[in-house]
Amino acid sequence: METVYTDLLCIGAGLAGERVAIQVASAGFQAICLSIVPPRRSHSAAAQGGMQAALGNCVMGKGDSADIHFEDTVRGSDWGCDQAVARLFVERAPEAVREMAFWGIPWNRVVAGKSTYFMGGKQYDKVEDRQKEGLITARAFGGIAQWRTCYTADGTGHTLLYTVDNKLVELGVTVHDRTEAVSLIHDGETCIGAVARCLKTGGLRAYLARATLIATGGYGRIYRETTNALINDGGGAIIALDTGIIPLGNPEAIQFHPTGIVPTNILVTEGCRGDGGTLLDVNEERFMLEYEPEKAELASRDVVSRWMIHHIRRGLGVKSSYGDHLWLDIRHLGPQHIKTKLREVEAICNNFLGVDPVTKLIPVRPAQHYTMAGVRTNKDGAVYGLAGLFAAGEAACWDLHGFNRLGGNSLAETVVAGKMVGEKIAEFLQGHEVHFSTAVIRDRVARDREKIDRVISGKDGHENVYDIRNAMQDELMERVGIFRNGTELQQAVDNLQGLYERAKKVGLRSNGVGANPELALAIRIRGMVKLAICTAYAALHRTESRGCHAREDFEARNDRDWLSRTLATWKEGDHLPTLNYEPATKVEELPPGLRGYGASKIIGGN
Amino acid sequence: MSRGLRFNVFRYNPEDGDSVPHSDTFFLDETQSMSLFIALTRIREDQDSSLQFDFCCRAGICGACAMMINGRPGLACHTLTKDLPNEITLLPLPTFKLIGDLSVDSGTWFRSTHEKLESWIHTDKIFNPQAEEERMDNALAEDIYELERCIECGCCTAGCGTVNMREDFMGAVALNRIARFMLDPRDERSEREYFEVVGTDEGIFGCMGLTGCEDVCPKHLPLQKQLGVLRRKMAWSAVKHWFRFR
Repeated sequence: METVYTDLLCIGAGLAGERVAIQVASAGFQAICLSIVPPRRSHSAAAQGGMQAALGNCVMGKGDSADIHFEDTVRGSDWGCDQAVARLFVERAPEAVREMAFWGIPWNRVVAGKSTYFMGGKQYDKVEDRQKEGLITARAFGGIAQWRTCYTADGTGHTLLYTVDNKLVELGVTVHDRTEAVSLIHDGETCIGAVARCLKTGGLRAYLARATLIATGGYGRIYRETTNALINDGGGAIIALDTGIIPLGNPEAIQFHPTGIVPTNILVTEGCRGDGGTLLDVNEERFMLEYEPEKAELASRDVVSRWMIHHIRRGLGVKSSYGDHLWLDIRHLGPQHIKTKLREVEAICNNFLGVDPVTKLIPVRPAQHYTMAGVRTNKDGAVYGLAGLFAAGEAACWDLHGFNRLGGNSLAETVVAGKMVGEKIAEFLQGHEVHFSTAVIRDRVARDREKIDRVISGKDGHENVYDIRNAMQDELMERVGIFRNGTELQQAVDNLQGLYERAKKVGLRSNGVGANPELALAIRIRGMVKLAICTAYAALHRTESRGCHAREDFEARNDRDWLSRTLATWKEGDHLPTLNYEPATKVEELPPGLRGYGASKIIGGN
Repeated sequence: MSRGLRFNVFRYNPEDGDSVPHSDTFFLDETQSMSLFIALTRIREDQDSSLQFDFCCRAGICGACAMMINGRPGLACHTLTKDLPNEITLLPLPTFKLIGDLSVDSGTWFRSTHEKLESWIHTDKIFNPQAEEERMDNALAEDIYELERCIECGCCTAGCGTVNMREDFMGAVALNRIARFMLDPRDERSEREYFEVVGTDEGIFGCMGLTGCEDVCPKHLPLQKQLGVLRRKMAWSAVKHWFRFR
């Protein structure tokens, strides 16, 4: 059994994981990153539109400040976020953008003088300040008061990930790619590393570390229709939940993005609407103005997604063999703009739809996009329940986003939280020594090995892993989607529990030798179904509507009873998670109020 | 009436002592907008669950799924079956170490390339968190982004005659990466320092100008133009250096 020792073990090498590793390595510690794919293939690369930071360089962002960014973020979260975290984040976001510029991001820059822009299909003029020429510019996004989203065309995640990975290589940080963590090694109090499976050979390795980080991104793949990459199946959340100690924060908080293309659910960026694109119905008429006179297409994602489904339910969607959809129109932005600022969108539409967005409408429908849910941490990134364990990025519930993340705040979170959590881990490592118990390690590895052997040999049964995964994805899609109600949620919980029992009886059809893909999924499937159950069960119990969590049977936001965060743990042997609650925020800089978009039924607090 | 498709897929699992390299045949009925991602996923889930291949973003941006598609390197996720004949032959990319079936170890290859190129901004400056960012002309930022768009899928490497003959040739992906840093004023490396990295037969002077790289690049990067610029710059650097030492 190969055993690897390091100061920091980063599980995940997307933007958040690598940014943490860089900070810790810069402080003189050894870090090793595990990644199930080569790091530059991480899903961070798929982020298109940009990252929010209140630089206030462009004329449409003039006068922007951390305070305004803070208010936008809290409103966006529907008062579900931790306001102390939001404050820390907005204060440090500008520095993070500039640091990324220093490391080599080719941010788009302010071009002085007169230019035009679109909003809601109409063209306007603006004049950029000569004093600001060449500074980092920004574009509009949903739910923001100022143009604040810094970007490199529509490949912002790509340039960030490549630049951060360059820095990682410069520092000589080791990455073990194609390596998947299958369990955390802990004694009930302290985490001392992880057991991981090599996805090249199929072998197990033990990683022992003084500090361990979960940065495995989101888990959209528990849903059938998601913009997420195939690798976003919740590895980090699963191994955390499996401890029986660590809670998931707000598992019911799942974001749907308004513009996944139909039928493949590939994302086209919010930047399309930020840059002036509009949503049209079957009559090729704009409809968002009717519902949101002020923000229209640029309300927050949860709100726009809901109105889109509402509009489709009114019979105003476009019929297709893949179900009803709506149109995204960016034709009026013109070929010059589309071919420079929205070129990935252009490529995606041409390659996957055979549609040229310069001349044709893009078929879109909301698709699962982001898990605000995640491994619950405090504001330093330290995970609840185990010492020596941290989490950052989408995998974490830090909790910057509450019940709805604003576009552009996730890329920003990866590098801002990455740096801050990295600083905290470096401090932690200064004074922290651990004892590695060989009994604990041996026991953990033996249990993982036995589980794998049983799946390969079919000792527990011969359930087909793909059937179970597909049924789970359908269940969440049909009953735990954009609109939810008690009856359907209860049904989902019941059905998913049935799937959980079947998941325990998975047996392979192939031989399981080497980098066997069926085995990789079979190892993970129980955990995925557990995540699905947590999502449905927490949604069932939250009897209010807040942000993305829209209950048809409890339409009001209830600040009196539900200004809280769900904490879901799963004790060994249980069939359901245990739900506890904590206050959404201890610091209340911005008291609950109207968001300025979306329905406004609110049951008051004290 | 949909077409019947015949897939000939390379099979070999190096971890399995009983496995020998061979080709397996699978049949599928074509469906509307079927991509190779959809086809291979269906084959794995319904016909042979041991089949290894790499898809990640399935949106043409991560570069994981490059393979030989009827003899030509390409991204499988954005290749539609309607653009291919009834018979589709899939092989792993050459020039990379095989992991199994259609899956290759591009990660190790690229990491060593980044190390060789020192593919990061070289500067003596120290980041000042309080200071305003250095200014840059937007047109220059866009030019850098144009080269930064490479997704390191490995298609150009697999499509390069030189790499296929000589393992030590860096290939277009590496040379494009260096061209990107040469364009960037934030990188303070001198022409001479770049020459040390790529002014060799393993670098720019090994290119035979066959243009295979650009022909197969799924992001349509202007690779040949970049290689041309780089060749002239490096040749000129060599000449200057030669005169200096006479």
